[in-house]
Amino acid sequence: MPELGKYAGAVLSSYAVSIALIVALVVVSVIQSRRAKAALNDVEKRSKRNG
Amino acid sequence: MIALLIRDLRLAVRAGGGFGLGLAFFLIVVVLVPFGVGPNSGLLSKIAPGILWVGALLACLLSLDRIFALDWEDGSLDLLATAPLPMEAIVSIKALAHWLTTGLPLVLAAPVFGLLLSLPEAGYQPLLISLLLGTPALSVIGTFGAALTVGLKRGGLLLSLLVLPLYVPTLIFGAEMARRGIEGLETTTPLMMLAGITCGAIALLPFASAAVLRVNLR
Amino acid sequence: MGSIWEYANPRKFIATTDKLLPWVSALAVVALAGGLIWGFFFTPEDYRQGATVKIIYLHVPAALMAINAWMMMLVASLIWIVRRHHVSALAARAAAPIGATMTVIALITGAIWGQPMWGTWWEWDPRLTSFLILFLFYLGYMALWAAVEDDDTAADLTSVLCLVGSVFAILSRYAVNFWNQGLHQGASLSLDKQENVADVFYYPLLVSIAGFVLLFVALVFLRTQTEIRARRTRALLARERVS
Repeated sequence: MPELGKYAGAVLSSYAVSIALIVALVVVSVIQSRRAKAALNDVEKRSKRNG
Repeated sequence: MIALLIRDLRLAVRAGGGFGLGLAFFLIVVVLVPFGVGPNSGLLSKIAPGILWVGALLACLLSLDRIFALDWEDGSLDLLATAPLPMEAIVSIKALAHWLTTGLPLVLAAPVFGLLLSLPEAGYQPLLISLLLGTPALSVIGTFGAALTVGLKRGGLLLSLLVLPLYVPTLIFGAEMARRGIEGLETTTPLMMLAGITCGAIALLPFASAAVLRVNLR
Repeated sequence: MGSIWEYANPRKFIATTDKLLPWVSALAVVALAGGLIWGFFFTPEDYRQGATVKIIYLHVPAALMAINAWMMMLVASLIWIVRRHHVSALAARAAAPIGATMTVIALITGAIWGQPMWGTWWEWDPRLTSFLILFLFYLGYMALWAAVEDDDTAADLTSVLCLVGSVFAILSRYAVNFWNQGLHQGASLSLDKQENVADVFYYPLLVSIAGFVLLFVALVFLRTQTEIRARRTRALLARERVS
């Protein structure tokens, strides 16, 4: 851990906020992607079965 | 073209057309601000040009969704689209009608409301000129926003979200010009920029609005 | 290898990006972790700004990507308008939330940085103000996508909005500059070496920027795939209902 001095709060909080936002964006994108894949699989299977 | 303009003006003035609503809203904003910031006339005269500009802008915004909504609902917009008139002309006429029924009354009322806010003597002329130059841009930009959201059900809020960022440059140069006029600084630069924005918007935006309207009528 | 437009075919796009995505994501993680860890643990303090200089590794790349994402959306919108490739319109849609997030990161880190340096969280400084306006543009763009039901209509409307918005965003930038001179320092990165930040800060910053760019590319790939699949699902469902 580097010595951050009196600015520790500022530096750490900006890292925390940014990383949290990026992680949230990635997680949301991955979840949406999984859902879309599953939904498409579902519908495609059904349409094949029905001819 | 003239017939369309006259028809639009008549529709707006008729009861339920929303004419005067903008003016009333403008008056309310001007009355509410002293309640919010206190009756100190020194402070009021300092912020008067800004309030008048923001008030005019909001009042303008209020009546935007009426530009196409009524014609959309009763289907006359589809009729207009098949008329021999190019869509760009229709859009420009609509913007002009909006300015005549909303923008111009706001400009004329601004000096009167300026009295309420103890606008300094030197401020009237630059304020009037800046509003006169700026409000056409507000109408044209607003017409673009209205064309974007014409078919949407709850388009009103979205319309404000889309149009307000587009209003930023006009507001900045307009209010800046009025402010500089009061402080006795030279006003040529903001005046030129404001006129430039208005001319550019009038010349180019009708094409965008017409394209968007065609998409929406497809 | 044919022309670049082959990738406008949704199937081809998904197949290609499926192959690329693991690599780009891995590279993005490596570069991001490398840049941020290098910047956070192994760079000295600035003699004027103290430890707060470490915020630069987030603030500058996020700000860059906030603008670049909009540029990418503008190019994609133009391609949609001119050549009517659906993937292009969907890529623009996919990029908007990423750009908006980057704008928020740039604004928040800027506020946190501004507090100790300028003594205020917020200042109506030209750069900060134009980023706030940019954020509003992103919000409007995304809201319009969400509000219009028909896909092609939405793509057309948002493309035109993106074009018009770009012009007004640039106008706002100049208007805001004219309106207030501001506290923000000039460009942190430029080809002119004299103005640049010092080398110790420069190299980790470059790595971090590369990380943000790769992250953006990976996310755009992933999100565009999602949009393509969602649209295909809707089309199949519609067909089902008809038959």
